[in-house]
Amino acid sequence: MSETAATNVHAGVLEEQFESLQTQHEARKLGMWIFLATEVMFFGGVFTCYTLYREMYLPGFEQGSHLLEVTWGALNTGVLILSSLTMALAVRSAQVGLRKLITIGLLLMTMLLGVAFLAIKFILEWHHDYVEHLVPGINFSYTGPYSAHVQLFFCFYFFLTGLHALHLIIGIGILAVLCVMAWRGRFSPQYYSSLEVAGLYWHFVDIIWIFLFPLLYLIGGR
Amino acid sequence: MSADVAELSTRSRVHYLNASYGIKSWLLTTDHKRIGLLYLVSITFMFLVGAGAAALMRLQLLEPYGAIVQPATYNKLFSIHGIIMVFFFLIPSIPAVLGNFLVPLMIGAKDVAFPKLNLLSWYIYVIGSLFTLYCVIFGGVDTGWTFYTPFSSMYSNTHVLAAALGIFITGFSSILTGLNFIVTIHRMRAPGMTWFRLPLFIWSIYATSIIFVLGTPVLAITLFLLTLERVLHVGIFDPAVGGDPLLFQHLFWFYSHPAVYIMVLPAMGVVSELIAAYSRKRIYGYSFVAFSSLAIAFISFLVWGHHMFVSGQSIYAGLVFSVLSFLVAIPSAIKVFNWTATLYKGSISYDAPMLYALGFIGLFTMGGLTGLFLASLATDVHLHATYFVVAHFHYIMVGGSVMGFMGGIHFWWPKITGRLYPDKWARLAALIIFAGFNLTFFPQFMLGYLGMPRRYAVYPAQFQALNVMSTAGATILGIGYLIPLIYLIWSIRYGPAAGPNPWRARGLEWQTPSPPPKENFEETPIVTEEAYSYATMAPEKSSV
Repeated sequence: MSETAATNVHAGVLEEQFESLQTQHEARKLGMWIFLATEVMFFGGVFTCYTLYREMYLPGFEQGSHLLEVTWGALNTGVLILSSLTMALAVRSAQVGLRKLITIGLLLMTMLLGVAFLAIKFILEWHHDYVEHLVPGINFSYTGPYSAHVQLFFCFYFFLTGLHALHLIIGIGILAVLCVMAWRGRFSPQYYSSLEVAGLYWHFVDIIWIFLFPLLYLIGGR
Repeated sequence: MSADVAELSTRSRVHYLNASYGIKSWLLTTDHKRIGLLYLVSITFMFLVGAGAAALMRLQLLEPYGAIVQPATYNKLFSIHGIIMVFFFLIPSIPAVLGNFLVPLMIGAKDVAFPKLNLLSWYIYVIGSLFTLYCVIFGGVDTGWTFYTPFSSMYSNTHVLAAALGIFITGFSSILTGLNFIVTIHRMRAPGMTWFRLPLFIWSIYATSIIFVLGTPVLAITLFLLTLERVLHVGIFDPAVGGDPLLFQHLFWFYSHPAVYIMVLPAMGVVSELIAAYSRKRIYGYSFVAFSSLAIAFISFLVWGHHMFVSGQSIYAGLVFSVLSFLVAIPSAIKVFNWTATLYKGSISYDAPMLYALGFIGLFTMGGLTGLFLASLATDVHLHATYFVVAHFHYIMVGGSVMGFMGGIHFWWPKITGRLYPDKWARLAALIIFAGFNLTFFPQFMLGYLGMPRRYAVYPAQFQALNVMSTAGATILGIGYLIPLIYLIWSIRYGPAAGPNPWRARGLEWQTPSPPPKENFEETPIVTEEAYSYATMAPEKSSV
């Protein structure tokens, strides 16, 4: 083990199973990409079911989609895209070695945008659906045409947006940990892999939404 | 090295087993070797539970009208047997025990890429097993390991949720283990360890990990949807509100067919190591065997529909799935032929691990060929849901995977514990297992062909003779499994010291002391040779 490697082990940034920071950085990135592949298959299963049923019951699904508020969905899309920008900037700021307060500020902004997304999703949208009696299994009582298929649509709507929101909440938690690490000065241009890996995860959660938005909100000729 | 010196060096040296003591040093370890042993203990426990269920089933089937339990209990027995053996024994068996122990050793690394994640995987496995054990203790589940809807979502009044959650949770253990292996194999290889110098066991584990990572999440999401459906009755699989029960079967088998290859691919990897070591030859057609593992992993994702030929799937889909299923035979046959070719003119010794390896080749070939009967549309109509299917997949899962697991455990036991087991007992047990296995399951091929359906607690009297034979075989098989359990535990304390390389095998894991030091190698090894370079090895001294 070279002298720098020994120093890095001593500083607690290089874990002992790796030969160098470079290997560690690459291993972590690869690990996250593989995890994201798992996530694609995880969401892929539900997307497949959704696509199949939408094909079978298109009128009912269009009916259901029309009951959603497209402006809120669009607003949330904007919020998440903006959060991806601040996330990318946070990673970049650590990579080029800007002051740690800038990194922390950008992370906090990303978290704030995540919270804003959740607020719109839960307080405005889900609450609205609950008041309108559109929650399957709890108070679903829609009586228009194709009501059974509209219920199926809302099933998928709540499951997919719920699963997505859960991922976002986990993401916010991870960013909170990273804020503390940044505050303690753990990151440097040589060592920022946790930030980069968390960034990959955050962008993935955004991309899921980019698929969810048209699938759920924009079907049926809007 | 004389026995006394070896004994002394095993006792006095610091290695991963005696580096630290106490229950905490095991439960909080991040050492891949210790985690492998944690898995070994937990899966052995689960195996005993699953085997207990099987024993009761075989006793029940001694008599046409059932010898001991009510049909409802019988349903629970075969369900729990399937769930435990598939998800809590076979799937983690070779990857989580031998894979954890060997992957870093074989590639010359200090540990896996993410040791804490590795420990977390074990805890996740334990939590999943606790759900399953809860389910067993508090009344069981009667859906079979397949959880077909709408029975599991609407009608069954047993502990479906606990069983499904247990499997859901354990799935994450598989995913994280697979992720860890893929990154480790990509990024942690020692200098000079190129892809085509890797032992074939590593190629198999790599292919298995791909299935873990890409297949398991689909099962997870399917069981999650099943749980929602059962709790909220919202109609995802309920025809009354437009849901499609067949969709559940598609999703379930999308994972659960590849899962069969999760079980058998690692065993194939073990067999490649054993055949090479005990024939003292490089594996014939190394790269073909390596790529056939990847080919099996790839094709495994395209064949799930062959479980649904008679479920109302479109006939054209059936045709395509039938053809694709036949394709799996090609890489499987490549392996079998290459192993056989390796034996040709090899210097073969029939040590216990080799007996398991040879047993694997024979039994896997039978299991594989009978699979072709089931992949053919016309014969499957006759054989579907009969004991023929039961016999077929037991030839793969027990005759293949468990044989591979036992062979691997025997081969690497001296490395794991630093001790040798009694060779004669080991050979005897291998032969008993082989005989008992065939007596248990060959009659089931005949029963299935004659039309005895699976999953029933009773059967027409004309099938009794063959069922008695099968139960007798299961008894012998059970004894065969108990013998190694006893002498392996005995050997930990009383076995003679093994020395670093008792089989004179090639591979990095044999170049470090047994048991290996905590950091695996004193210095990072530098690899200059191909795998299995037995030709360049000094000939054995005849006086030893």
